[in-house]
Amino acid sequence: MSRGLVRIAIVVAVLAAVPLVVTSNTVLNFLIVALLIALVGQGWNVLGGYGGQYSFGHAAFFGTGAYVTAVLQVRYGANAWAAFALAIAAGALVGAAIGYLTFRTGLKGSYFALVTLAFAEVLRIIASVAPITGAGVGTLVRLDLRPEVFQFQSRAAFYWVLLALVAASLLVVHAIAHTRFGARLVAVRENEDAAAALGVDAMRVKLGAMTVSAAITAAGGGFYVQYFLFVDAGIAYGPWISVEALLTAIIGGVGTVFGPLIGALVVKSLGEIAKVATGGAPGLDLVIYGAVLILVVRFAPHGIAGALANARAWFARRLGWRAALGDRAHG
Amino acid sequence: MAEALLTVERVSKRFGGLLALDAASLAAPAGRITGLIGPNGAGKTTLFAIISGFLRPSDGSIRYGGDEVTGEAAHLLARRGIARTFQIVQPFAALSVRDNIAVGAHLRHRARKDALAAAERVASEVGLAELLDRPAASLTVAAAKRLELARALATGPKLLLLDEVLAGLNPAEIRDVVPAVRAIRDRGITIVMVEHVMQAVMTLAEHVYVLAEGRVIAEGAPSEITADPKVIEAYLGRGAAAKLGGGGHG
Repeated sequence: MSRGLVRIAIVVAVLAAVPLVVTSNTVLNFLIVALLIALVGQGWNVLGGYGGQYSFGHAAFFGTGAYVTAVLQVRYGANAWAAFALAIAAGALVGAAIGYLTFRTGLKGSYFALVTLAFAEVLRIIASVAPITGAGVGTLVRLDLRPEVFQFQSRAAFYWVLLALVAASLLVVHAIAHTRFGARLVAVRENEDAAAALGVDAMRVKLGAMTVSAAITAAGGGFYVQYFLFVDAGIAYGPWISVEALLTAIIGGVGTVFGPLIGALVVKSLGEIAKVATGGAPGLDLVIYGAVLILVVRFAPHGIAGALANARAWFARRLGWRAALGDRAHG
Repeated sequence: MAEALLTVERVSKRFGGLLALDAASLAAPAGRITGLIGPNGAGKTTLFAIISGFLRPSDGSIRYGGDEVTGEAAHLLARRGIARTFQIVQPFAALSVRDNIAVGAHLRHRARKDALAAAERVASEVGLAELLDRPAASLTVAAAKRLELARALATGPKLLLLDEVLAGLNPAEIRDVVPAVRAIRDRGITIVMVEHVMQAVMTLAEHVYVLAEGRVIAEGAPSEITADPKVIEAYLGRGAAAKLGGGGHG
């Protein structure tokens, strides 16, 4: 097993043990929200971190995942697990479609960001009037706490299911980082012309990344519905989730396997601290996000994961240097 | 002359009102080094961009290995075995030298392990073995040019288009690269090189085309080219050949 896989196994094992020690519903609820954001951020990271395509519209995929999960159950009586699986597929499809339209026309950088934002907003407006989504009222999923319908008595069970999804996303990103597809994706991020000259079909690579990215993010949307049992246009396709997705990835470290997970835990912790410290003043968590984002961009452009890697390299160098000096002293 | 691997036939390229290439033709015989020289703005890099699929010609055709490939996308041409370097180096800056070369090697090696091994082989061929773990962004000009060459070679090309791989290098560095280019040719890879460094082209190329204002104004063996009055005038201005020939005082 490679070192990366061992690290993933350790992190997942530690997180899996938390509900065995902590029984507080508040803490578990906090961790579930943080892991959900980590999952969505990991989706964003595939396209933004590895592919260099900064989307401002991942709500389009989150919302599709949420609505497909809810609507298939409520209107068509589908099994929740089947609906969830279809929601992931639908998210991937929406990702491929938006990707095809934007990449084919050569949109990059801020133009790509704006167009993805526009797609998400269009979907939000459609969802807020279309009868099938429940329009302005939203869609409620019936409370039915049975594992067969993806609902659980205990928060711990929800937590473990979500952790399994996060673990799967970590494995997907780890695989991307260690395969030809990932090498090509990063090459396209760094320099599309040079990549094309080396036989890389940039369009196809970006489209593949967007499809995977959208599928992971849609899984987050589907889980949201099963946990909160409610979805409306603002939740599903609102800009809040697009912002959370890119914030956690950027603060945690774009283009790293653990970046979004670290980012989500840090950002959500800061949000909670802010709430407690200010007595729940509305909007203050956003101020905190903004401040943290500025600090990270200024002092740790590769995010917390990048800063940690740098610190480790620095210590390794110092230790190596000491050891070398020691050797010389003894020799 | 050996059979041509690449044939460029009456290729023109218009950018708005500017005719960058005007019915330029050339042929690159298999297994040889063909030179392409010309003053600044002659259209050399434009011609390279067209051959490698980064630009579509306004007119004319490109044939490669018997197939018509005019207007085919760059990545498809790379799969056919056409590799190019860029005059202005285009490294994947955040990646190590090893990972840079591996992107090229992935064209013929699916597995990561194989591509990385191939990258190491190519790196030692062009003298980058010691820099494998360095980030590409930290390379000197000379090393970055070698990296361009290494990445292109890693794709396992049949035809290698070298766009000024010697420009910006000092004479000692040029002396190192010249035998490397020759060794590539000796492995059976056909080379077309655009070059400003005349001496290098003259020692390396068997056949040279001279491009000026988008037209091929002369071709032939290097020794013939340097004596051609049209070429001298293209570089030094109208009347220069006569003045030089007459031993004049101009």
